Amino acid sequence: MSVKLQIFEYNGSALVAMVGKNCFAIASDRRLGVQLQTVATDFQRIFKIHGKLFIGLSGLASDAQTLYQRLVFRHKLYELREERDMKPETFASLVSAILYEKRFGPYFIQPVIAGLGDEDKPFICTMDSIGAKELAKDFVVAGTASESLYGACESMFKPDMEAEELFETISQALLSSVDRDCLSGWGGHVYLVTPTEVTEKILKGRMD
Amino acid sequence: MESVFGLVGKDFAIVVADSSAVHSILVHKTNEDKIMVLDSHKLMGASGETGDRAQFTEYIQKNVALYQFRNGIPLTTSATANFTRGELATALRKNPYMVNIILAGYDKETGPSLYYIDYIASLHKLDKAAFGYGSYFALSMMDRHFRKDMTVEEAIELVDKCIVEIRSRLVVAPPNFVIKIVDKDGAREYAWRQSIKDGQVLAA
Repeated sequence: MSVKLQIFEYNGSALVAMVGKNCFAIASDRRLGVQLQTVATDFQRIFKIHGKLFIGLSGLASDAQTLYQRLVFRHKLYELREERDMKPETFASLVSAILYEKRFGPYFIQPVIAGLGDEDKPFICTMDSIGAKELAKDFVVAGTASESLYGACESMFKPDMEAEELFETISQALLSSVDRDCLSGWGGHVYLVTPTEVTEKILKGRMD
Repeated sequence: MESVFGLVGKDFAIVVADSSAVHSILVHKTNEDKIMVLDSHKLMGASGETGDRAQFTEYIQKNVALYQFRNGIPLTTSATANFTRGELATALRKNPYMVNIILAGYDKETGPSLYYIDYIASLHKLDKAAFGYGSYFALSMMDRHFRKDMTVEEAIELVDKCIVEIRSRLVVAPPNFVIKIVDKDGAREYAWRQSIKDGQVLAA
């Protein structure tokens, strides 16, 4: 089917990260599409860099896979040299630098980074496809459903939520937003990270 | 537009491709084999630009063989899929290959697997996949009738259902299809589904 090619909307995606009390949650949808056709309903958009650092990559799936491989490579080298994990702030600067390297031929990606930094202080940020960082204290969103996500998060978010309440809030925000976007959805994937554990949950939403 | 589709069964995977070689309004031949046998236990069905398809699949086949010569053991299906994706991704911003690939393989440790790799190098492991205009019909038929762990007979029944849909509902439907299968005994041609044979004289 011939639809005008919008490269950021080619595969469809929805990503959100939220800060809670000494914890954070990062969530994504599960659809992989080729414009109007759905190819897979179990696509992984959020990747673990280390135990307390996650990155979600929205936008073109191919570039998400390429960029993820490059970032894992860089982090593994860093770990070997420094003998420690990267801080989230450092990692965000690394991603920003890698994206700006391709300033005049960019990766068609919008990353969402979430991690626990020094003293397990939650850190979230997003950036555009050429690495302009946007730090936030409450939530960050990305993807084809980002506008709906902004609205849902703004109304549902409260500061200093505990882990269970944060999980409920981020899940409801994600599911209600992707239901208004035809290019994202087919369930949700939520990672809840506290200083002691990481919980991964699959959400069942409208499968359409 | 070329149709390629595939699915995974109990201990096997099947790849099906149409076999028309078309240039604008002219059908050059109707028995073109678009499913390359990469090695003893891997199949690569490809659709897209004719030259790119032939060149790229042959390039992958030769690199898979080279790995086996150098290292003494064959690549796994997953490694082959990731290698293929890497080649497509590297070429993407220089001289892209306009080829969509369905890679099916059988590994002793992990069993059968199927990988969907599109021309912009998005990779995903799936149980059923399809490319081309025929995908609109094949995917719908597979969504309706596919079950996990089907036998070869059940899978071929489903493949035939998909072929019937493509033939009856696609305006420029390809007349002939080739079916290849890969299981523990290897990758081989399973059958052809031909409604027009090359050299056949059709009555007016």
